[in-house]
Amino acid sequence: MSAHLRACAALLLRDLRSAARRPGDVATPLFFFVVVSALFPLAIGPELGTLRLIGPGIVWVGALLSSILAMHRLFAADLADGSLEQLALSPTPLGLLVAAKVLAHWLLTGAPLVLVAPLIAVQFDLSLNSTLVLVLALLLGTPVLSLIGAVGAALTLGLRGAELLLCLLVLPLYIPVLVFGAGAVQAQLGGLGAQAHVSVLLAILTVAAFLCPWAGSAALRIALE
Amino acid sequence: MLSVQQLACERGRTRLFSDLTFEVQSGQCLHVHGANGAGKTSLLRIVCGLAEAVQGQVCWRGENTRQDPGSFRAELVYLGHAPGLKDELTAAENLHFQSQIDGCALSPQQIAAALQRVGLGRQQHLLLRRFSQGQKRRAALARLVARPARLWVLDEPLAALDHAAQQLVSQLVAAHLQAGGLALVTSHQPLGVESMDLRLGV
Repeated sequence: MSAHLRACAALLLRDLRSAARRPGDVATPLFFFVVVSALFPLAIGPELGTLRLIGPGIVWVGALLSSILAMHRLFAADLADGSLEQLALSPTPLGLLVAAKVLAHWLLTGAPLVLVAPLIAVQFDLSLNSTLVLVLALLLGTPVLSLIGAVGAALTLGLRGAELLLCLLVLPLYIPVLVFGAGAVQAQLGGLGAQAHVSVLLAILTVAAFLCPWAGSAALRIALE
Repeated sequence: MLSVQQLACERGRTRLFSDLTFEVQSGQCLHVHGANGAGKTSLLRIVCGLAEAVQGQVCWRGENTRQDPGSFRAELVYLGHAPGLKDELTAAENLHFQSQIDGCALSPQQIAAALQRVGLGRQQHLLLRRFSQGQKRRAALARLVARPARLWVLDEPLAALDHAAQQLVSQLVAAHLQAGGLALVTSHQPLGVESMDLRLGV
C-alpha cells in the first residue's frame, strides 16, 4: 500500500515540478478567470444591487470555463511522450495514479482560483460572509470540476477536435456544481444560510472523488489501445 | 516463463497475425522480425497488456497475465517508440520518477551510476529538452540498467542510436540474459546477441 502511495506522491510531485518549469501553463487559466470576471462589472455598470445579484454566478461560470481551458492537456502530454504507457504499466493501479494527476491539476488550476476569489468578490460588492461562503463553495466545487474534467479528457484523448468535444461532453456535467455552488452564495445573501448547498457540494465531491478516477483509468486504457 | 498461446491481433479490419504461439524461457531472447506494419509493435503491446488480443492469451510463470496484472508488471520493463520521459525534468529526475512509479525507488548514487553506464554521466542534471533524439533514447535505456526486472520488452531499441550505444544495448541485453532474464525485442538491425527468431507476416 505504501509503495502505491509513494508512486502517487511521486507523480503529483512530477506534475507540479514540470508545471513550475512552465509557469505560463499555470498562469493562463488564472489570468483568464480574472479577466472574464472583471469584464462583467465593466460591462454592466456600477449598479451595486445588480452586481451583488449576478456576482456569484459569474464567478462560477468563470471558474468552469477556466478549469476546462487546461483540461485537455491533462493526459495529452503524457500520451505524446510515452509516459502514459509507463503509468499504465506501473504495478500501482492506474485509478490511483489518475487521482494523483487530478489532484495536481486542481492544485495548479483550482486552488489558485479559490485564493483569488475574494479579490473578485470585491468587484461584485459581496459582503465578508458571502465571500467566505463563495470561497468555501469554490473549495468544494473546483475539485469536482477537475475530477469530472479528467474523465472527459481521458474519453477524448487522442481524438481529432478533442478540445471542443471535451467542452461539449463535460460542461453539461458541471451543471450540478454550478447550481449548488452559485446557489450557496445566493442563499447566504438571501438570509437562508448556505449549509444545505454546501452539504450537497460536499456529497457531490465525495461521490466524484470515489468514481471519477476509476472511470478515467478505464477510459485511458481504451485510449491507449 | 513467458508463453503466448494462439494469439490473434486485428488492426481496424485487417488481421495482422493469428494463431501465434511461442514460449520464451529464462535466459532466452526472442527477436521479432517483420516488415513495417506486420504487427511487431502490436504484439509487444499485447504481451505487456497495453492492448487486448482478439484471441489467445499471454501467460507469465504459468498464469494468465490478465488475472494478476500487478505482479506481472512488477517484473516487466517496456521501452516503446516514445521514451516516456518528460522534457521539463532532468535525466536524473526522470529516472528517479520512473523508479518510484515502478515501485523500487532508487538512491541518487544508483541513478548517477545508471546514467554513467549509458554515457550520460555529465548530462544527468541537464533538462531533457536540451537532449538530442539519441541522448533521449540513452536516457530511456538507463531504466534497463537501474531496474531489476525479469522481462524486457524492447520496441526498436536500436533506433536513433549511434554505433557505441547500439553496442551498449547488445551488452545490456547479453548481461540481462546471462543473469537469467528474458527479452522480447523488435529490431531491423542484428541485435548482436544469440536469439530465437520470430517472423511476422509470412
